[in-house]
Amino acid sequence: MQTINEVQNEIIENFSLFEEDMESRLFYLMDLGKKLPAMDDSHKTEDYIVKGCQSKVWLFPMFEKGKIYFEADSNTEITKGLVYLLVNLWNDRTADEILTTDLFFIDKIGMSKMIGSQRSNGFASMIKQMKMYAVVFKEKSI
Amino acid sequence: MVNSKLDIESIRKLFPVLHQHVNGKPLIYFDNAATTQKPLSVIQAINNFYEKDNSNIHRGIHTLAERATLAFEATRKTVQQFINSNESEEIIFTKGTTDGINLVAQTFGKANLKAGDEVIISSMEHHSNIVPWQMICEEKGAILKVIPINDAGELLIDGFEKLLSAKTKIVSVVYVSNALGTINPINDIILKAHAVGAKVLIDAAQAVSHLDIDVQQLNCDFLVFSAHKLYGPTGVGILYGKRELLDAMPPYQGGGEMIKEVTFESTTYNDIPYKFEAGTPNIADVVAFKYAIDFVNEIGKTEIRHYENELLKYCVEGFNSIDKSSNHQIIKLYGTAKEKVSVQSFTINGMHHFDAGMMLDAKGIAVRTGHHCTQPLMKYFGIEGTIRASFAVYNTKNEIDVFIEAIDKLVNSKLR
Repeated sequence: MQTINEVQNEIIENFSLFEEDMESRLFYLMDLGKKLPAMDDSHKTEDYIVKGCQSKVWLFPMFEKGKIYFEADSNTEITKGLVYLLVNLWNDRTADEILTTDLFFIDKIGMSKMIGSQRSNGFASMIKQMKMYAVVFKEKSI
Repeated sequence: MVNSKLDIESIRKLFPVLHQHVNGKPLIYFDNAATTQKPLSVIQAINNFYEKDNSNIHRGIHTLAERATLAFEATRKTVQQFINSNESEEIIFTKGTTDGINLVAQTFGKANLKAGDEVIISSMEHHSNIVPWQMICEEKGAILKVIPINDAGELLIDGFEKLLSAKTKIVSVVYVSNALGTINPINDIILKAHAVGAKVLIDAAQAVSHLDIDVQQLNCDFLVFSAHKLYGPTGVGILYGKRELLDAMPPYQGGGEMIKEVTFESTTYNDIPYKFEAGTPNIADVVAFKYAIDFVNEIGKTEIRHYENELLKYCVEGFNSIDKSSNHQIIKLYGTAKEKVSVQSFTINGMHHFDAGMMLDAKGIAVRTGHHCTQPLMKYFGIEGTIRASFAVYNTKNEIDVFIEAIDKLVNSKLR
């Protein structure tokens, strides 16, 4: 299994292929979104909606043998791609791994320019929510 | 400056902002219903004011104060002529349409509404023509009634008639829907409202850049709009009101300018329009607004509307061609009224409007996506929001070609 930083470097490399072509970058994000495993509809409840996103984003955390897993979905495809980036990075990791991650890929791929300030805020909310789940699981497991 | 036969290329040259690349593509600005771009004359007027004439208005006796006052009042006169009000004192400067509606609700509404009275708005109002009335109705125990619409996005006039009664005190309706582009039959609405003794406010925010407005012919009691949707600066709005109503209304805000005499015991208020213009106004932008109206007058609204309607028709034909080439309905139009301006809301089958908006932005195309501050209207159509393209006089058929091609590509990406 790749380390979190190896996954981040891979994301950076993949996005660098598109250079400044914004359209291709967004199409790529939409394609990534399609890789997100289907989410159990019964988990798409108000409790698991990420607050602060313009689009609807659901994030359902699971904890198994000291590792965290996420089910996620969104009603917009670009956002689904954004969720995929995080889920792919942090699935099957420990709470500590998540909480100590330096998310350097975000700036490196020019995220804020790509998705704009409103969606960047939503993206930050997703990160915050995932880290919050990590904190909760960490405390539970102590 | 501008040729009479609408030389669009010459008109475009007057708008510096249009000449730039966004995401590596030439900017195509189709978000004119949100705000229009500003001609150079408006931009220069703001600069000139601060470079040469900046001063506070009305009370100074020095030369700069005199110049600033004259320029400020020249705009009032220009607006008066532009909407043909009886006198320039009936033109109140506000911050914008929203401010104007709040002013009327909090002064005329406060003074004239009592428990059980009714205020009528329509199903296609912008939130700014819903919330101020909800607030004053709640305060006064009055009731808010809503004119229904049909699926084409047209008001049901028989439904309106059923709502009218002796209890109706205020009817506040939008002239042109910002989300749908529908032109409402406000002549008829005003006549019918007056027949039961109600006063009528017309929200002309979206109408003012497309339609000729003559407040005396309309015989509306109040009319509001914003400068920024009429090629003018943001932060300036107009409230027109009939003199007898404005005279009788209590002031909105207290402060400087709106007084005649102040003692610690009591204050006598100034005459209109100053009674409603407390504090130092947005002088530079008001001064510059005159140049926006001059720009529109020079081309002529009839010419503008004729050209914009051509663009709208061309765009709808483009949408139809996408549907035709894919053999089923992919583009769903919202707002198909017989009488409308160059605003088209639509959704793309199977694609969220936010995704579409971002993909179009990647192509340098600016459209609006979302509920357009008309959530009750979106609820009526059973949707969260739409993509909205809205055209102004500087847009071109070539731009629409690029836009339609981009949508076509999006649609095809969905069919992959």
